[in-house]
Amino acid sequence: MAEYKLRTPLSEDVVRELNVGDIVYLTGIVVTMRDTGHKRAVELLSRGEKLPVDMRGLALYHAGPVVRRVGDRWEVVVIGPTTSTRMEVYEYDVIEKMGVRMVIGKGGMGPRTAEACKKFGAVYTVYPGGAAALQAEQVKRVVDVHWLDLGVPDAMWVLEVENLGPLTVVIDSKGRNLYEEMYRRARRKIDEEIYPALGIR
Amino acid sequence: MVSPLSLDIEGKLLEATVKLIEAAAVWLPEDVEKALRRAYDIEDNPTTRSFLKAMIDNVEIARSKRLPICQDTGVVMFYVRVGDRFPYTGLLPSILKKATVEATRRVPLRPNTIDVITGRNPGDNTGRYMPWIDWELVEGIDYAEVTVLLKGGGSEIVARARNLVPAEGLKGVMKYVIEAVYEAGPQPCPPIIVSVGIGANVSIAMKLAAKGLLRPVGVRHEDPEVARLEETLLQAINGIGYGAHGMGGKVTALDVHVDYAPRHPATLSVAVVMNCWAARRATMRVYADGRIEYITHPHLNKEVV
Repeated sequence: MAEYKLRTPLSEDVVRELNVGDIVYLTGIVVTMRDTGHKRAVELLSRGEKLPVDMRGLALYHAGPVVRRVGDRWEVVVIGPTTSTRMEVYEYDVIEKMGVRMVIGKGGMGPRTAEACKKFGAVYTVYPGGAAALQAEQVKRVVDVHWLDLGVPDAMWVLEVENLGPLTVVIDSKGRNLYEEMYRRARRKIDEEIYPALGIR
Repeated sequence: MVSPLSLDIEGKLLEATVKLIEAAAVWLPEDVEKALRRAYDIEDNPTTRSFLKAMIDNVEIARSKRLPICQDTGVVMFYVRVGDRFPYTGLLPSILKKATVEATRRVPLRPNTIDVITGRNPGDNTGRYMPWIDWELVEGIDYAEVTVLLKGGGSEIVARARNLVPAEGLKGVMKYVIEAVYEAGPQPCPPIIVSVGIGANVSIAMKLAAKGLLRPVGVRHEDPEVARLEETLLQAINGIGYGAHGMGGKVTALDVHVDYAPRHPATLSVAVVMNCWAARRATMRVYADGRIEYITHPHLNKEVV
């Protein structure tokens, strides 16, 4: 387990060095998208249209912040990750076509995302969900916002962050998925120890 | 006709309720924070400990800066136990709704209600049936107890209910609960609080399960048999080994709550709901003379309401 301080834009070489279990603190630009943002992005890309932000080398963040309007600019009050599993259906396309190098979320992602990470050179990392006040201190400013018609949580927020973390690498580009390994261990424990002790099955 | 006195009480109740919602959003109840700190002491995996540390630091920052603990401030759900001699019952529905709108602006809360038909987000956490209000009428008392639960989305994705075959019995119930936690994995932000309802149909089971989330961590069911079932389930779930956010560890659940109603001869229904570690709830009591007492956040009683 190693600890890294990384900065965007992230290169493929740097990302390919990361292993599951590594801790990352990220400085630079992250862009938020949730379910409806992903849906719109994938639709635009399939029609060959451009997205409002060039995401190559940036981090995509599964998050919907609480924001406050201060004069003519936005301020992040608190922010944290949302459950990533909902975005699994879109993420392969997003990593392939948008050139995202890091996906940040919580709760884990599935085999299609893992395949995209391996093929195109990206990682999936998790931030401790719920720790939103702590994380707000790591967001320096709102650079821009797009797609506000989707509502505040689902809009695309472009954020400048400093030492965003601790981010744990859960899917690396070498084919490992920390959570899949966790599920396998749990299954064995339940079937071989917990159920027999309870007289279940 | 609205008398000056009722106008006065309306304003007071509104302000008190906004404060109640704020308290839920920014101050984690004492029982939950204690359980998190205990988990931090018990765990030895460094990554798990660093995640728990981040969570505890976050609780402290939220408290001191009056910021929401989590960006998902949830859907606003009220559980009201109202005495049959409480004089202001009729005021409560409109006050709870107005307080939700005001708290959304003031705390602020994230606007989380999206109309299912139109896709529109009104931006103030209201909508058809929202905020959600669950009523319980209590005989012989003249006060009302208002609890607000800010229920996040991540821990709700994994809620489930099912009709078991009665022959499966309590072992079937236990298996259903353990499988629910297994499949939920890190999605509901463990360490979680698991609440189980058992009854004659899934509506009853789910209602009991949902109410179980209001019970403080560490408080057992009054029936010793049910209390034993809770302990057994807690031990089994913690044996799964997920730990905080699936980083691996001994504390996957902070607690398990079970409640039940009789089953029908043909049914055995079970429901499981979970709360993330940021189990945000707050309770206040409104007395007949208009006095307010905060139960879960007593430090607020010193502030002028």
